[in-house]
Amino acid sequence: MEETKFTPQTWPNHAEQATAEGKNKFVGIWIFICSDIVLFASVFATYLSLRNKGPAGMEFTTQSLFELPLAFVMTMLLLTSSLTSVYAMYHMKNYNIKGVITWMAITVLLGLGFLGLEIYEFYHYVHIGFGYTQSAFSSAFFTLVGTHGLHVIIGLVWITCLIVRNAKRGLNLYNAPKFYAASIYWHFIDVVWVFIFTVVYLMGVLG
Amino acid sequence: MSSVAVSKKKGFGAVLWDYLTTVDHKKLGVMYLFAGVLFFAIAGFEALLMRIQLMVPNNDFISAGLFNELLTMHGTTMLFLAATPLLFGFMNAIVPLQIGARDVAFPFLNSLGFWLFFLGAIFMHLSFFMGGAPDAGWTSYASLSLYSPGHGIDFYVLGLQISGAGTLISGINFIVTIITMRAPGMTFMRMPLFTWTTLISSSLILFAFPPLTVGLFFMLVDRMFGANFFDHTMGGNTIIWEHLFWIFGHPEVYILVLPAFGLFSEIIPVFARKRLFGYSSMVFATILIGFLGFMVWAHHMFTVGMGPTANAIFAIATMAIAVPTGMKVFNWILTIWGGSIKVTVPMLYALGFIPSFVAGGVTGVMMATAPLDYQLHDSYFIVAHFHYVIVGGIVTAIFGSMHYYWPIMFNRTLSEKLGVLTFWVFFIGFHLTFFLQHFLGLMGMPRRVFTFQADQGWDLFNYISSIGAIMMAVGVVLLVINVLLSIKTPPVNRRDYWGDGRSLEWSIQLPVPFYNFKQTPLVRGFDPCWLEKQEGNKEMMTYAEPLGDIHMPNNSILPLIMSIGLFIAAFGALYHPDGVSWSVPVIVIGLGITVLAMITRSVKDDHGFHVHVEEVIATEERLYGKGGNK
Repeated sequence: MEETKFTPQTWPNHAEQATAEGKNKFVGIWIFICSDIVLFASVFATYLSLRNKGPAGMEFTTQSLFELPLAFVMTMLLLTSSLTSVYAMYHMKNYNIKGVITWMAITVLLGLGFLGLEIYEFYHYVHIGFGYTQSAFSSAFFTLVGTHGLHVIIGLVWITCLIVRNAKRGLNLYNAPKFYAASIYWHFIDVVWVFIFTVVYLMGVLG
Repeated sequence: MSSVAVSKKKGFGAVLWDYLTTVDHKKLGVMYLFAGVLFFAIAGFEALLMRIQLMVPNNDFISAGLFNELLTMHGTTMLFLAATPLLFGFMNAIVPLQIGARDVAFPFLNSLGFWLFFLGAIFMHLSFFMGGAPDAGWTSYASLSLYSPGHGIDFYVLGLQISGAGTLISGINFIVTIITMRAPGMTFMRMPLFTWTTLISSSLILFAFPPLTVGLFFMLVDRMFGANFFDHTMGGNTIIWEHLFWIFGHPEVYILVLPAFGLFSEIIPVFARKRLFGYSSMVFATILIGFLGFMVWAHHMFTVGMGPTANAIFAIATMAIAVPTGMKVFNWILTIWGGSIKVTVPMLYALGFIPSFVAGGVTGVMMATAPLDYQLHDSYFIVAHFHYVIVGGIVTAIFGSMHYYWPIMFNRTLSEKLGVLTFWVFFIGFHLTFFLQHFLGLMGMPRRVFTFQADQGWDLFNYISSIGAIMMAVGVVLLVINVLLSIKTPPVNRRDYWGDGRSLEWSIQLPVPFYNFKQTPLVRGFDPCWLEKQEGNKEMMTYAEPLGDIHMPNNSILPLIMSIGLFIAAFGALYHPDGVSWSVPVIVIGLGITVLAMITRSVKDDHGFHVHVEEVIATEERLYGKGGNK
């Protein structure tokens, strides 16, 4: 395929949907997110029904375990990373690859920060005896938050691949939909976290 | 990559490589079809063994344990590994042709979907040779399966996890294809019914498979990694499995039956030689069935003890599904009514389908009545009901459509004479097998028992039922013979094989070239092939573009590698509870292979390739002789 050289003036308004492949990717990522929503809904429902359930005499409850300050910092990191990925898309619209790469890299850093705190949190729980196999509650908690964490890892690997692959060669109609799909996915992860923050941590601390 | 090279005779290795790497929807359709037939035969054989065991009371032909394995694998295989791929075969082969597309939206994912399904299926069947098959029924209720010894259930969980991912990927692919890849003029309300039902059934896959994935994951970690989702002593709850399973399991029935409805909605107007009656109400009914299909899962759990309110709500929702289904049945009848009917083999299956399926539907409404369901639950009445729906609805659709679409898929024909014989042997065998099982159920015979005591009034009906099963097996063998004989039939090499084709796929000159349409068609109305024929258009197609370069996707081996990675990882997970030292490394290596293949796919540009005008003309001349497609 011949590479068309664009300038900010000739760069199409919706570069992510300018080709047939791009349009397919755009619809495809939204359809995929629909199914991922159902996946999370199933895990959420299970978590709600197994919350605080464990072997007789279990001392762990949501109130004794969860601490809002840490969850708040994690939430802020992830929400901010969503914002920075919007900046990256803004620069994509203006055909500014440097801006795209810079803001996507910041998104990855914030995501890594979130992931680091999550790993610390998990480590802490396991350390005090609340391991994956400890109870139905622990299994459900780690599965719900861990599924989200896995999504974050996949998103980080994905965006890193895109940055490494495209930093040198600039934007074109082939990689614009890829950046766009990754940013949609990243927003989705962020929205899921908002629900986790509400259902697991806020509702957990309130009891 | 050149299309002209295809004309040279290729060696076995090259052909094999071509099929391992293909992203062509037509080839994948054929692969789905043959994989489906393979697993259909295996599961049918399992059913035959069970019926031989139940032919006479106190039989000891097979042991109780083996019977449990057979009944589990029969159900699981038929639904996940036979009916689904057979329908996917038709969807792949036909839907892009019906909407005027050159391929699906994501040809790479299409191939990935197939290989995930196929390797998942192989994985599950390895259980027979590696210490015993799953034995907790296709529903694999957690209270039973959690403590099932051996690795049977682990094979079930991991195999379904892999093949389920493949099905989900294919579902997403079909949705996007139908939304974005329609030819100019192919509006939503001009889409053939099979395309519509594919769209709705793919949407059901989209929402139904994630709960199954989650349920299977819980089972996986519970059995293999010490989690406690279903273990009540640790606070778990086995009912969670039942809900998740049926939130998937009930829509699964509609995932299978809606495409079957779609296939019959294609067959009936062609052979009644009348436009499909009530097209828009058919579309509406399809959407409504898809929607209601998600509101009824708990009717499988009336006896769990959810309370009268929940039972009543789910009972009424279930009965409501009979309304759109009834709309469809009346539309088919009114399409046939007053038509100039040609009773070909596909039409014969359609005519057999309507009463059989209605019988299955009516017993469904009976079971939806919650108080009556307490009586019918876990009896042979249930077995009779769902076999009437599945065999009477889905299997007849698949057999009929094999005859109907064989010319398009293979440029060969199946024998009509042998087809008629097959139909009658199979159809009579089917009713003989399952009709009497209604009464066995009402007389109190429980399902899933490996034998029964004599003189309870069940002996004769069981005997007749087994005779019917043997007839069905003979019917399937006849169909396979028909398929083998079709290799020797002369190629069709023309348009509109049945002479009364209505939708776009019949406008294509056979054999279908690998790019499907040399020019993208312009769809000028509903039933475009019929429309163009009525206007005397010999090409049966109007074009939306001049002859030009055609863009096609590249083949790739990566889907197979990704699937093999998961296949390897599954063995690691399977042996994890045995405490073997290599289990975790095997999981890591397997997943590593998959992830590396995914990263390769992401960073390696794949722009596809262009077939130039001269190559298109050369291909047309090679396929259709001098002067090309005229």
